[in-house]
Amino acid sequence: MSGFDTVVHLIYLLCATAFVIGLHLMNAPATARRGNQVSAAGMGVAILTTLAVLIKGGQVDPWAAWALGLGATGGTAAGLIAARVVRMTAMPQLVSLFNAVGGGAAALIALGERPASTQAEVTGVLDVLIGALTFSGSLIASGKLAGRVPGRPIVVPYGRLISIGLAAVAAVTAVLVVGFDGGILALSGAAVAALAAGVLLTLPIGGADMPVVISLLNACTGTAVAMAGFVLESTPLIIAGALVGAAGAILTKLMADAMNRPISAIIAGGYGTGDAVAVAVGAGSAAVREITADDAAIQLAYAAKVMIVPGYGLAAAQAQHEAVALAQALTSHGVEVSYAIHPVAGRMPGHMNVLLAEANAPYEQLQDLEESNPAFPRTDVALVIGANDVTNPAARRPGNPVSGMPILDVDLARSVIVIKRSLGHGYAGIDNELYTDPRTAMLFADAKAGLNALLAGVSAYAK
Amino acid sequence: MSPLLLADLTVFTLGLLVGFEVISKVPATLHTPLMSGANAIHGVVLVGVMLLAASISTPAGYALLAVAAFFAAMNVAGGYVVTDRMLAMFRSRS
Repeated sequence: MSGFDTVVHLIYLLCATAFVIGLHLMNAPATARRGNQVSAAGMGVAILTTLAVLIKGGQVDPWAAWALGLGATGGTAAGLIAARVVRMTAMPQLVSLFNAVGGGAAALIALGERPASTQAEVTGVLDVLIGALTFSGSLIASGKLAGRVPGRPIVVPYGRLISIGLAAVAAVTAVLVVGFDGGILALSGAAVAALAAGVLLTLPIGGADMPVVISLLNACTGTAVAMAGFVLESTPLIIAGALVGAAGAILTKLMADAMNRPISAIIAGGYGTGDAVAVAVGAGSAAVREITADDAAIQLAYAAKVMIVPGYGLAAAQAQHEAVALAQALTSHGVEVSYAIHPVAGRMPGHMNVLLAEANAPYEQLQDLEESNPAFPRTDVALVIGANDVTNPAARRPGNPVSGMPILDVDLARSVIVIKRSLGHGYAGIDNELYTDPRTAMLFADAKAGLNALLAGVSAYAK
Repeated sequence: MSPLLLADLTVFTLGLLVGFEVISKVPATLHTPLMSGANAIHGVVLVGVMLLAASISTPAGYALLAVAAFFAAMNVAGGYVVTDRMLAMFRSRS
């Protein structure tokens, strides 16, 4: 190994270290931004070092240099624009899109590189299969999240049969590439089969399962990039790919646990239509107690501790700013306020926290499931906005669609106010027993209008 | 199995383990920026695309290279910027 190569390897090692330290600093909101900057710095150094390698090697022909330069410039511009203009509510689809192009680039590397060894052939096929699958799958997921593809589960006729067929095609092409030097033709066949499989796998998955799906696709892209690293014998790709694969795997498991659904059932799809047939649970149609905005505001203003429980309905109504304004009014009136955030309160892991942070909620007030549940029994008012299944006490009993799902223990609060437009069902399609609890009062209103009315009421009493 | 493959596999496995260890400590509050930031890290695929350029010499290859470079650069640039934008919003009470 020449001196230059040694230096390059050491620099790459430094960059990998920056990625790990960057991720490590993400363990607290106070240091997370610096973590991302450390990681970005490592990335910049890795790219510049690779540029030096290419220039010193002198093997890139001028056309290839132009293709690389133009593509990279265009991609950088597109990425920067998308990153700057995206609204925080649209974050899941953008992250999915970035995930898609990352997987696509990894697959293209294996398609472009002439494999030098059996190792490169095996990992190359894996790279093409995983990369192409995550490319098309993430694009469909992104489309579903953005509403360009219907969010409901789409059942493809003979989907299962086609999937088996595609898996067979993938297996045959893999054997052709590795065993018979099938080359680019067989690899392209594998890519087409994987692209189709990605579409077929994602279409039947409903909106409620999206946090799991995009975590899973994220893990896939990480793995594809690591495989590209094996093909090119490039350590930074292997390390970064492994890190992302681990991140995606952890998030997938956390999300699936939070919904109490096995990953296999999620991939099978069909869940999350929101229009499932109602199943009577317990008291079923018992009477609910209604409350006016004024009365609810008095209750909030006289409370010592209020927990706000936001669900996806809050984000869908774009009412996070109103929620935070109410929280600020209560805080300045001397009420202790925090937000109890369920892991799946959004369309991607942690999404609700970003929306509330954007609306200026201090991060000390953002509490996850483990932090908030012990606090409910000493909470005077739990204010539920747009959250449904994740607050249903029926989850503690066996024998219904939400059984075993980890829930926010809202019903343990001294009183509960639910802002909701109607008594409609959540994704699980069952009655929420919280609504008929004697301690619960329903404020029937759109999230935005209801919160504004509460804010007006609280401001009037706080004078 | 070649020594090189063994070395690569070692790095990959240890990378996975380090990843599990580091990422399991990230609080749920930061899961969106974590995913977005991890996404940006796999933008290192741009380094791979650059290395690929050295072995490309056909018109089809140039097209593939340009598309791959576009994808990878979009991933890395957009990923880091959007993550930074999100993390800048996480403010303390003070």
